[in-house]
Amino acid sequence: MNIVWTVLGIIGVYIYGVFLMGLGRKISARVQLRYGPPVYQNYIDILKLWTKKTNISHGIMFDLGPVFLLTGSIGTLLLIPIAATEQLMYFGFSGDIIVIMYLMVFGSLGFALAASQGANPFGIMGISRALTLLAAYELPFILGIVILMMDANSASLSNIISHQAGGYMNWYIFKQPLAAIPAFIALLGMMGKQPFDIPIAPQEIATGPMAEFGGKYLGMMMSSHAIFMTAKYILFVNLFLGGAGNPINMIFKVFLIWLFPLFVGLVYPRFKTSQAVRFFWGVPSLIGLIGLIIHWLR
Amino acid sequence: MIEKKKRNIFQIIDDWASARSLWLLMYCTGCGAIELPPTMTSRYDMERFGIAPAGTPRQADILLITGYLSIKTLKRVIRAYEQMQSPKYVIGLGSCTINGGMYWDSYNTIKMLDLYLPVDIWIAGCMPRPESVIGGLNKLSDIIKAGEANGWKKYNENLKWYRANQKKVIKKWDLPEFNY
Ligand code: SF4
Repeated sequence: MNIVWTVLGIIGVYIYGVFLMGLGRKISARVQLRYGPPVYQNYIDILKLWTKKTNISHGIMFDLGPVFLLTGSIGTLLLIPIAATEQLMYFGFSGDIIVIMYLMVFGSLGFALAASQGANPFGIMGISRALTLLAAYELPFILGIVILMMDANSASLSNIISHQAGGYMNWYIFKQPLAAIPAFIALLGMMGKQPFDIPIAPQEIATGPMAEFGGKYLGMMMSSHAIFMTAKYILFVNLFLGGAGNPINMIFKVFLIWLFPLFVGLVYPRFKTSQAVRFFWGVPSLIGLIGLIIHWLR
Repeated sequence: MIEKKKRNIFQIIDDWASARSLWLLMYCTGCGAIELPPTMTSRYDMERFGIAPAGTPRQADILLITGYLSIKTLKRVIRAYEQMQSPKYVIGLGSCTINGGMYWDSYNTIKMLDLYLPVDIWIAGCMPRPESVIGGLNKLSDIIKAGEANGWKKYNENLKWYRANQKKVIKKWDLPEFNY
């Protein structure tokens, strides 16, 4: 029975993620006073990419790149409880947060190899930018998570969720604001939306790492992006919004968090790489550090 | 004239999906570039038909050529076209791509784009307004949905003929024989 729930969960997250991508396009169109594409446009886009007749390959590593991305995103998703921890696909164990943080990097590292074999200069530029950005936002994110782990006195996601039980004032976003602020700012960088979309930057470096990928490769990358994006939102719901008792609750909470990077992205223009690094290692990291010291002294 | 083949259900779904999601690679030569920003942004908003700009040739479905092509730029266009993944379509925008337009007696531009690349649809005008650009894109979408936009098949079947034409105008040919 567990395996059925697992497959259903992955498919559900995939469908919801693609829906969110389409809804994001519609909302940003409305903000820019446009009519916008239909909300199901991204399903059509992915279907079209899968029906492409030719798909150019540059070698074995190039083929494996999208596979790495998909593996990384599904692996991350499997360790994150979607709803009430006992049923519904959960492979958690004590110390799983640390594994999750490793798996979140796995996809981009594997993809870096693939984009390098594509030998497109834009791809290599994009990869170097992506890895720099990764190093930048990991710091505030990890500082925020360390505070939570100290508070719950455990590195297991299910323990952190059960520590937030009983009323929304127990959620870590209210109980530990000095952990939530750096982590949510790091979320902006993770999502790759406007102020921090420096790795793809279509107008500057022609979608960066994806420059050489077309057809089915791109379809697979869009699919894994949908899963990965939703998995990260689910992780944040579990860390800061107290998890969810049932999938409907989770869908609603993910939607709430998802609005935050969307609206920030609609307002701000793009940072330069150096500015982004300085930004992440500045105020958010400082807030995280202060929170850590305060928590340690208590 | 390619006679109408019977399509099975999968091909119909394929054609429907490619007709509803068109990613543009804009090769902005000539005067046409200036009409495309209004086509994309709030005033005319082509995204409501699922038409979006693509970053690179690999990701694109449509090659939009907006105006005259000099012999030097023709080389780049051929290269970009052959890098695109099929099914792929070409749109000639403006009278310069149809018959030379007002560059008819110029010494270094080509006159008929169709001799060098298989054009699926032309949008006449000098310069076509955004309304007619969107109208042309919708027409192309209808043709794709009916399964009749077969320019890329024509190009693959008649590659020798196209190559001979291309080599006639490009004197210093230094492209690879076929780069896909
Ligand atoms: S068709 Fe007219 S507007 Fe377009 S490139 Fe030619 S001369 Fe310029």
